[in-house]
Formats: sequence, structure tokens, C-alpha cells
Amino acid sequence: MKTNLNSKEVILKAKDTIIKKVEKLGKPIKVMEFCGGHTHAIMRYGIDKLLKGYIEFIHGPGCPVCVASMDRIDLAIELAKIPNTIFTTYGDLLRVPGSHRKSLLDMRALGCDVRSVYSCLEAFDTALQNPNKNVVFFAIGFETTTPPTAVLLKKAKEHKLKNLFVVSNHVMTPPAVRYILNSGISHIDGIIGPGHVSVITGTKIYEEFDVSIVISGFEAFDILKAINMLLDQHIKGERKVENAYTRAVTEEGNKEAQKLIEETLDTRDSFSWRGIGSLPKSALKINDDYEIFDAEKVFDVKLPASKEHPLCICPKVITGVSKPTDCKLFGNLCTPENPIGSCMVSSEGACAAYYKYQEVELCM
Amino acid sequence: MYVKLSHGGGAKETRELIEKIFLKHLKNELLTNEDATILSLEGKVAVTTDSFTVSPIFFKGGDIGKLSVAGVVNDLSVMGAKPLYMSMGFIIEEGLSFEELEKIVISIKEEASKTGIKLITADTKVVPKGFCDKIYINATGIGKLLKEGISSTNLKEGDILIVSGPIGNHGATILSIRNDFDIDISSDCASLWEVIEPLLKEDIEIHAMRDLTRGGLASVLNEFAKSSNVEILINEEDIPIEQSVRGFCEILGIEPYSLACEGTFIMAIPKSDAEKAFNILKSHKLTEKAKVVGEVIKKGKEGAYVKTLYGSVRYLEEAPGELLPRIC
Amino acid sequence: MCLAIPSKIVEILDNNIAIVDTMGVRRKASLELLNPKPKVGDYVLLHVGFAIEVLSEEDALESLKLFEEALDYENEFEL
Repeated sequence: MKTNLNSKEVILKAKDTIIKKVEKLGKPIKVMEFCGGHTHAIMRYGIDKLLKGYIEFIHGPGCPVCVASMDRIDLAIELAKIPNTIFTTYGDLLRVPGSHRKSLLDMRALGCDVRSVYSCLEAFDTALQNPNKNVVFFAIGFETTTPPTAVLLKKAKEHKLKNLFVVSNHVMTPPAVRYILNSGISHIDGIIGPGHVSVITGTKIYEEFDVSIVISGFEAFDILKAINMLLDQHIKGERKVENAYTRAVTEEGNKEAQKLIEETLDTRDSFSWRGIGSLPKSALKINDDYEIFDAEKVFDVKLPASKEHPLCICPKVITGVSKPTDCKLFGNLCTPENPIGSCMVSSEGACAAYYKYQEVELCM
Repeated sequence: MYVKLSHGGGAKETRELIEKIFLKHLKNELLTNEDATILSLEGKVAVTTDSFTVSPIFFKGGDIGKLSVAGVVNDLSVMGAKPLYMSMGFIIEEGLSFEELEKIVISIKEEASKTGIKLITADTKVVPKGFCDKIYINATGIGKLLKEGISSTNLKEGDILIVSGPIGNHGATILSIRNDFDIDISSDCASLWEVIEPLLKEDIEIHAMRDLTRGGLASVLNEFAKSSNVEILINEEDIPIEQSVRGFCEILGIEPYSLACEGTFIMAIPKSDAEKAFNILKSHKLTEKAKVVGEVIKKGKEGAYVKTLYGSVRYLEEAPGELLPRIC
Repeated sequence: MCLAIPSKIVEILDNNIAIVDTMGVRRKASLELLNPKPKVGDYVLLHVGFAIEVLSEEDALESLKLFEEALDYENEFEL
């Protein structure tokens, strides 16, 4: 597909339109992009700089690596340490340090068999190819990444695998949005709703919220379009859910994916989010029909008491209260090469995105 | 037939391996059975060493043998030295087939013949299964310095930066194989001497030159900035990147600036020499897509920046450690 | 990974696996999350190796056109 969605003219025109509207309003507006993919795109395309002084971006808790709590990382590390185990998970979770400053990459260096997968079905293949080893898949992610885990569980059952185990750390978007809105911790004029989460869930999950939400895609033009729509709502005094990503998102979402989740996973009573703490009914666990694959039930793991770095302000960054640059550790003790907080680990994390795409003041 | 531990024992079987595979293809008057090779060198020489551990050892556009020779040749070339001699150490995992080993040795011969660099001493060791990944090669090169002063400490304000071709092809090719992707490009693995020699001879005022290997463009530009204490600005839209490399980066959520190249270089020259340089670059197939990507904007403060498509400027960050895909 | 670019289905293999092409990179993707199943030539949105939605090229282009028109309109009327 050849598209020119991101042509310079379109983007700059959109920028001018937004700026004109904000000028007319007389004050900048605060927009939270929930999803880590959006944070990354905003930084990468420099959208925050194009709109500096007009739109203030607040980075939401939508990076699955960043919201994985310390005790979940510790759990991952303990599972990886079990002899005869092949531990698999998605990409950059491997870099997150646990309580003892050791990450899964460190565990690999120390002799554990830790592997990064692109698709969870690689864990399935690994289990088939290594019948004498236990394969653990540590599943993280929001609603978009959950259905693949459901497929993995179904396939494991279908093939009667005895050596594949899954840890579900899947979290849900609405409880986090509810928390941000109800806690009153940061004032938000509008939310850029997650794109691919909404592909799965549909726009209907946002209807309960009394705030402007516009679902966006991931191209620069998508994001500007969503901001433009949020602004229009703001000007008219409206607070509703709109969809700027109609080429992929429907009201009902992907029903097949929803059905698969329904069949394999149950809601947890509560789950701990890094930076936020315990949120009721905010995550999913493997249901009873699939419990023989549930690593949390099968393995008896004792966790060390988890401990955060005292100066790390990831909790405030995740909830949009503080900017990464407000942190004393930012850029000196805490860098992408040597992360302390989770927001510096994932490239969708606000701190890593800030670090990577820091603004440059050029005297030219 | 495959390599066994006994081939590394130093006795008859070792000699057999050396005769049948290595000497068969690489024999020359300087590669003898003595413990060391005697050379007479005049004037200033450049010396470089590098170890090659690429996995997989065969890939579209090359193999570990070609890579080793090109790597050494390029390191000498970008320092202004004509590649003359090289040494090679082979660490071989038992079980590597003779066929594969011979293919690698033939690649070494072919790649070396392009510049005339000669293998003058070599060593082989065989290690038990699992102690290395098929084969590792260490290579050291010696070259005669033709032009002095090319250095990463030598960038000047106003210099333009020229990249010799599309970036990231090697990295994308290798990582695609590892991820089971099928990508429609090849590694850029190549010896650059045929292009660099005329650049040196045409007396172009080259201030700094580097081949873009591990860490890619981002690493080299950050190092340039640091070593010369200058600010460098490149333009995102001017950087040559093949569409499939871009696609590959999108899929994994990584930056093309951090991907390795193995036959692409960057140089900093005064603007006034640009035409002369491009006359040469454009006349070679290896560098016909060369482009000016940016310039040295200021001296006195270090920084490597990239101007995005839409005009904002950000730091050109180096990738942290391993390239791991983003999840969301 | 939230891959923005649509990928084209170039071949459908057994077991709900398809070969998809993203800007010249081909790889396997699971079709398990799509019902009805897409066909060769369809554009899909991919996430961690799974096709999560079928897109049409026209949709993408239409979306752009509407956006551009909206901007033109607003510029003309000086808000």
C-alpha cells in the first residue's frame, strides 16, 4: 500500500490548523495519550515539539512493560531460574531490572535460558521442539496482546502439551483510564485513545467516561487528526468518544478475539500496576479450564520482598503527574543502557522516549 | 566430511585440514610453514584487528569469510591506508562441514583478490560442540598509509557529511534471518577500497571517514561529535534507506540509524570538494546512491542531532545494548 | 508492537498461517483472530505476529482525503 499520509504538507497544514484553534482558545490544552505506541510516535515525529506551547502531552500508563510491577518482574526472574526451563517473553521486558537490579538479560548472562520472542507462537514451537524442557511464556500487554495469548492457550490444550506454561500479566485499559480520571491527579482536557487496543475492544469500552476521547492510529497524520478532533470537542464543550481511526476500529471491535479471551481468561480481583498500585478488576488470569498451563499455579515460586529505588518517580510519570525530566535520576543514573525505573526500559516508556528524542536547542 | 576435534590436535589431521582446505585456496609466497612471517615494510603503516562472530555464517550478500576480509580492508581504507597484508585466526566448532568451511575459505580468497590483500599468517583451533557458534574468525590487517590526518578528531565546522549508500542493509538482512523474515535486500558486505583509493588519490580533503559497522550511523556520528567536539546535524529525509529496511524497522520498532552496515561509509569533507567526491562516488556501483546527509554546524560543543521530516530537531541516540523489539 | 503500516497477505498456508508483506519484508502471521478469514491480496493490521483486523486500501486513502478536505475548509474560513 502506497500512502502519503505523512506528507510534509499535510502535517504542517494540520499543525497550523491546530495552532490557530488553540490561539483562538487563548490557552494550551492538555492531552493524554494513553498508549505507549502513541508516546513513541509523538516523540519520534517530533509532534510534541511542533505543537509546543499549544498542546501539552501527558504520557499515560499504556506501556505494558512500564506498568509491570516489580513483583511481576521478580516472578519472571524466579521462573527463569528454575532448572530445565526455557523462559520466553516479548522483547524489551528483558531489560527491566527487578528488585535486586538484575534483569532477565542478566539472568541469561548468568546461565538461564531466556529468549525474546516476536510472537507467542514461538513459545509453542519451542515447547514442541524441546519435549524434555519446560517452556514458560511470560505474557504481558493490554487488550491487543491478550488474544494471541488466548490462541496460545487453546493450541496448547489442543495439542495436549505438558511442557508449556503461561503467566498472564494481561492488563486492561478501562480500569487505568478510570483511575486517572477519578484520582484527580492530573487535569486532562482530552485523551488520545489507544489504536490497536480499540481494534480489539471496539470504541464501546470508553462510553462510561465523562471526558473527550478520540481513538487514533499511529501515523503522524492520525495523531494530529485526533488532536484536531479533541480540540473541536473542547471548543464546542463536548465530551464524547470519537473515532479517528475508522480504517481499523469499529464500535464493536474484533468479536473473534473477544470470544477467545472470554474462553481462556478470567478477570482478576485486583492486580498491582507499577506506579499506580493495586487496581480492582484490572487484569486477567488464566481460567480454570486452562489451569494446567498456568505457571502461577503449577510452580511454587517464593518471591523476595520487592523494593523500588527511593528516588525513582516512575509512578508519577506513569500517571502523568510529573515529566521524566523532573526526576533526579533521569539521564544521569537512569539511562536506557542502565535503567532504574521501568519507564526508561521500554522504548515506549515516557522516560526512554524523552531520553531518546530529547529536545535540542540549536544556536544556528 | 566435517571438522572433528582431532583436526585441532596439531598432528597429521591438522596438517590435512590446512592442506586440503586452507592452503588449497589461500596459498601465496608469504604464507609458509614457519612460525612467523618475515616482512619488510617502508614508511608509515596502519594496523587493525577485528573478530567476526556473525550468526548465521551464511547470509544473502555474503558469509563470515567475505565479511572478515571486507571488514579488515574497510578499516584500513577509511584510515587512508592501502590494504596489503592480513592474518587470520579461525576458531571452529567441531561438526562444521568441510563443504561449509571450504565455501568460507573460497569467499576469503575471492574477496581478498578484489584489493590484492594477502593472507600472510593464519591459525586454526577446533573447539568442542557448543563452545562456539560454527566458526569465529579473527583478522588483523596491515596497510600502507597513503594519506595522513584522516581522523574522527578532525571534523571542521562547515564540513558536509556524505553517506556512501543506503544504511542498515547488513543489520536488517542478518536480523531478518534470525527472526524468520524474508527480506528483499542483501547485506551490503563489500570491500570499499576500489572507491576509497580514487578518493585518496584525487586529493580530496577528507577530514574524517568511517565505515558504518556495529551501532550504525548513530554510533559513528556520536563518536565524531565527541572526538572532534562538534555539533552535527543530519536531515532525516536525506538519509538513504531502502524501503524494506524501513519496513523491517517498523515491524520491530527499531531505528535504522542503529542498524549495522558492512560496506557503507561516511566521510566529512569541506563543501568545496563535494563535486570532486561525487564524481568518484557516482562512478562506482558500490556508492552510486551516495548522498549528503548533513553537516557539521558548530565547533565547541558535542552533539549529534537529526532534523525530523517535519522540521523538529532531536538527538540522534545510540541504541542501548541489544536491539530488542518493542511490544506495543 | 503497534505497527502502523498495513501488511498485504501474499499467500495463505495451512493452520491459519499466512505469509504477509510489509514494505518488502515477508513473514508468517497467524490468522486465528480473524473471522471471517481474509483472502490473498487483503491488507491486514498486524500485532505481535497476529493479524488483528482487515483494512481496505480505499479506507486508508479516503481517511486521508477527508482529513485534507477538513483542513482546507478550516483554512478557507479562517476559523
